[in-house]
Order: sequence, then structure tokens, then C-alpha cells
Amino acid sequence: MNRREFLNKILKVTGLTVYHPYVAKEESVPFRSTGNSVNRKVWEIYKKRKETVSQKLEDTYAILVDLNKCIGCRRCEWACNEWNKNPNKPIKEFEKSRFEKNSVFNEIRRTTAGQFTVVNRFFDEKTGKPVYVKIQCMHCLDPACVSACFVGAFTKTPEGAVIYNPDACVGCRYCLIACPFDIPAYEYFDPFTPQVTKCTMCFDRIVEGEVPACVAICSADALKFGKRKELLELAHKIIEDNPDKYVPYVYGEHDFGGTNWLYISPVPFEKLGFPMGYNETPAKFTRNFLFAVKVLEILAAPPLVYLAYKSLSDKSKTGGKNEDK
Amino acid sequence: MKTNSWFREKILLGQDFKDYIAGLLTPWNLIVGIILILGIYALGYRILFGFGPATNLTNEYPWGLWKTLNILAEIPLSAPGLAIGTAVYLFKVKDYKMFARPAVLASLLGYVFGVLTLIFDLGRYDRVLYPFVLFWGLESVLFLTAWHFFLYILICFVEWFPAFFEWVGAERARNLFAKLGVWATALGVIITGGHQAALGALFLIIPTKLHPLWYSSLLPVFFLVSAVFAGIAVFIVQATITYKVYRNQLVNFNYKEFHRRLLSLSKILVVVLVAYLLLKLLDLAHYNKWKYLFTPYGYWYLVELIGFVVIPIITLIIGIKAKWVKWVQLSAFWVILGLILNRFNVGLIAYRWYIPLSQKYWPTWMEVAFSLSMITWAIVVYKFIIKRMPILKH
Repeated sequence: MNRREFLNKILKVTGLTVYHPYVAKEESVPFRSTGNSVNRKVWEIYKKRKETVSQKLEDTYAILVDLNKCIGCRRCEWACNEWNKNPNKPIKEFEKSRFEKNSVFNEIRRTTAGQFTVVNRFFDEKTGKPVYVKIQCMHCLDPACVSACFVGAFTKTPEGAVIYNPDACVGCRYCLIACPFDIPAYEYFDPFTPQVTKCTMCFDRIVEGEVPACVAICSADALKFGKRKELLELAHKIIEDNPDKYVPYVYGEHDFGGTNWLYISPVPFEKLGFPMGYNETPAKFTRNFLFAVKVLEILAAPPLVYLAYKSLSDKSKTGGKNEDK
Repeated sequence: MKTNSWFREKILLGQDFKDYIAGLLTPWNLIVGIILILGIYALGYRILFGFGPATNLTNEYPWGLWKTLNILAEIPLSAPGLAIGTAVYLFKVKDYKMFARPAVLASLLGYVFGVLTLIFDLGRYDRVLYPFVLFWGLESVLFLTAWHFFLYILICFVEWFPAFFEWVGAERARNLFAKLGVWATALGVIITGGHQAALGALFLIIPTKLHPLWYSSLLPVFFLVSAVFAGIAVFIVQATITYKVYRNQLVNFNYKEFHRRLLSLSKILVVVLVAYLLLKLLDLAHYNKWKYLFTPYGYWYLVELIGFVVIPIITLIIGIKAKWVKWVQLSAFWVILGLILNRFNVGLIAYRWYIPLSQKYWPTWMEVAFSLSMITWAIVVYKFIIKRMPILKH
């Protein structure tokens, strides 16, 4: 029992805490604080590479998700937890979910501090067949979180991964607000050194020439890793060759300014919980605002200086300092 | 001995320490004391155990009551210093001169205690200075907001210092800051304009997550204009209460004159409210949002817009015409409630409007206690200063 748990217990015994729905909810998860270490590891690698490796890459890496092929085995979740040292369970418990009546699939889940990726189940309205959708950080080309962070704790690497610097983060959680995909999660149960956590695109693996952990374990061929341009071509080709099996849309090609995770699907994306309707990065709006503010502040400055100057010189004419009284 | 007597004169208002403490034991102060103690407990709990046990903040609702009430609502409600200060120090509106110091003091305290709340809403409050020193996220609206808060608090201090140094008896420092105060006010107009708008602009980045009735590219303008009317409304209420409670400080106080000035202030309030209403209608028409009006969120939007903008406009006009000061004061109070409602709508209720009600955020008692205690602190310090420094009668 660590100090926190001890204190917690004391407060509970002495009746100083009240019933708390979210605590109850979180406690059903077997862990509270995840002790994320991958953020720092990845950031260190990024810093080193910045100095040593030439940063010019022709194209970023991407992952193409084929929702027609995903069978919902959730092994990607297991592999992700395993590689990123997140709290984990035996792989069997993940694999059996899709055969169970009462499983995690009964509700739509989101990423949390200890889970960088989750698989959700939807149903194809026409065929009644399940469609499994893996979600994780989309690694936007022009990410809202990077733009929103007021200490610049997020970076888009030349490889395409969006990564996070735990040594800069102040914990304002504006990135959680800003992300259109609701991906970043916060370690609310860590009182002293909480971090924002999310998928790093296995930056520590791809710089070594490996594929991300989830891609490596996927035996259904639902995840493909490669250069973004090539994968986009591939995605369009798959759709063209199987027009009856896919909706003619590559999610992530333009959505929210484009992402490094791309999806093709048998079901329209709006039915699978994907936010639709914006083909430019939302950061555009805040950038425009910041520019407009500067313009207005510049326009306002000269008249205000004039007013202040006039106000002061009037004062000295009328006998000065007591004017204020 | 000398310092002791200074302490007695200035801090204890000429009373004995024992008498002073005994004088504090009133039922009203007992309630204040309970709120403050609960707030300190909640803060301690949050620091020791973190957000998880202390608050209902989740990944779905990363910003809760503290950000909504103590920043989104409290900052525009702390705008009287901007509204009145500008009129008096820059435009030389003599009518409102008597209002300048209380307005500036209210702004100062509103910002200081709002920002103090914000600090403990940061996961790493120990790093609060990072955006000022180490790490600059120049593309973030929050970065602009943080810097503008910081600068504006400095400005408020400069504007308030003349009263402070008058109280201490440092004539030269007083005169210096009286002059600096004019420059500070000029800079303050830019700074407040910038960050009041920026508070709205924070939400520009979530076009898909905020309900279309509230999401608009005009959000920064709405926040700025509503901060102006809120500033005036708060001032009307604040002046009403202050000049009532501290009657005894004011010899020869001309209530007729005071009421005349309140009425003239409320005319400006109506003008700004009407401008705000027209902008809101433009927003509805330009983005063709009428279709959303006949949904549950649409009805709620109408409650906000008609109940808290249109109705106060009508009551204010009636009150001004008939010279019913009480009506005007009550309407101003209604306007304040409307502003708080608007900020809660943007920050919490219309944010992620598509998730089921059961997953919506609801604050814990500790969040409520800390929020209220920080507002109570601001009022306690306001009273403390009003009683001692030349704020009302200068």
C-alpha cells in the first residue's frame, strides 16, 4: 500500500469522503494511476534524433485500417498495453470478448490513461454484421492538440507521429478539449505528476524500422503500415476494386486537415462515430483569431496612447495631480 | 510600540485586538467562515489525492466547474474596472469618477482569485510559470489568455496603488501611480479586450464538439461584448450593495445624484445588450441555425437568449423611463445571471452535447466548495480594503 492509498483509506474510515460516482466507476478498472513511462522515453528519442538524424523525410508514415477485415480480437489492445507498459491482462481475456454476451463491446469506449487504443463494435444496418472500429490517436497532419498547447508540449515529428513532452506539460487539459477525436486522456488519479497520455504511433519502434505494436500483432491483415502516399493510393485502389464492399471514402485523407491513420469501411463513417464535415484543421480557426486580435490590438494602440497622453496633459494644465481626487 | 499603534489604527480600525476579533463573530461571518474552511479542505484534498477523488473531471469533461465559474464567468464579471476605468481615466466622464476606485478594486480581486483557482485546476500547479518563462506555445489561444491575465493583474495593481499609497501615507508613490494609472488604463483596454475575446476563442477549435447554436465564428465577439455589458451590470449591483452597506463611511452622500448616475449607466447597459442581441440574431441568420431552435437544446438556447437578454432589455428600458432605480438594479442582477448561464452553456452544457445526459459532468461538493470559497475570499478582501482604504470617499 503506498502513501496515497493509505491516506485514502484513512479518509474513508473517518468518513471524510462522500460517495463519488466516478471513483466508483474508475475503481471497477483494475488500476488507477498508470505511471506512464513511454511519453518520456519517446520524447528522449525524439530529442536525440533531432540533433543527429537529418529531419527531412519525403513522406510521413501512416497506418491504413481496413474495417472490412477487422475481426474484433482486440489483440492490438493487448499488444499496445504490452509495448507501452500499460496495465494489462492476459491476451485470452481480450480475444474472448467478441464471443461473449456481456463484454466491453456492449458500450462504446474511448481511450483512457491506461489504454491508448480501444476497439469498439458497431453494426452494419444492412447486413446486421458487426463492424469493429479500432480507435487511437489519429496523428493529424496539422493537429489541434499541437496548436492548442500553450507550452508547446506536443510535436508533430517528421515521421508523422504526434508526441508529447511530459516535462513541459502544465496540465491545463486544453488538448483534451481541442482534440476532435477525443483521444488524449489525463491521469486524473495521479495527484503529483499527472501526464496526458495517448498513442505515440510507437515512435520508439518506427524509428528502429519496426512497425507499431498493434500492426505487428494484427493477424487479420486489418492494419497496414507504410508511407502515407502509398497507403492512400492503396486505399483508393481497394475501394475501386471492391465497390460493393466499401463506401467510397478514405477517412483521414482530408478530414480535419488529414491524418496519418487512414480508414476504409463498409459502413458510412458517420455511423461509426467518426466526426465528419470538416476538411481543414480546426487549428485554422484559432490561428485566424490570433491574427485578428493582433490586428485589432495594433489598431487600438495609437488612439489609446493619444487618449492617455491627452488625459495626462489636461491634468497638468488644470493644476495637476489633485485632479484625480 | 509605534508599529503596534499603526497596526491598531490601520488594520484593526482603532480597536483592541480582542474587541476586533469579538466584533467579527456575527452569524453572517460564521457562514463565510464555514465556506472558507470547506474550501480549504477541498483544496487540501485536491492537492493530496489529485483530481480523481476530489473532482468529477473526466476525459469527457476535462474542464469543470472551476474553469467555468471561476474563469469563464468570473473574468467577464470582473470587467467593471475596464468599463468604468476607461470611461473615467481616458474619456474623462466626470459623472462616473466616484465609481472608478471601487470598480478597479473589484476587477483586481476578481482576477486575482479567479487565477488562483485556475492554478489549482492545473494538473501541475507547480509549473504555472512555465508558459511565462520556459515554454512558449505561441499558437495557442490559451497562451495569449495566460499572458493577458498576468499583464492585466499588473495593470489592476497599478490602477489600485494610488488608493493603497494614500492609505499608507506615501504621497509621492501615490502621485507616481496616479500618473502611471492612466497609461495602465490605456494598455488595459487592449489587454482586456484581447483576453475577454480569447476566452470565447478557446472554443473556436472545437467546431464538432460544441452545439452549433453556441458554436460560431463570432464566439470571441460574443464573449467580448457580453463582458462589457456584464462589467456594467456587475458594477451597478456592486455599487448598489457597497454604497448601502457602507453608508456610514459616506458623509453628505447624495443618493439622488447616485441614482441618477446609476440610471445613466444602465442606459449604456441597454445599448450594449441590444448590440449583443443583434449580433446573436445575425449569427442565427448567417449560419442558418433556425432549424436547431426547435430541439431540446434549441429551447434551452431560447431560454438563455429571451430570458436573459431580451427580457432584461425590456425591463431596463421600462425602469429607465419610469426612473425606477430598484427595477434597474434587479435587471442588472438578472443580466449577471444571464452571463453566468451563457458561460456554463458554452463551457459545460453545450460542450459535447451529443453524449447522453448520464455521462454529463456534475461537480462534486468539493469542487463547489472550492469555487465558492475563492469567490468568498474575493468578497472578504474587498470588504477588508473598502473599510480601510480611501476607495469610496476619495
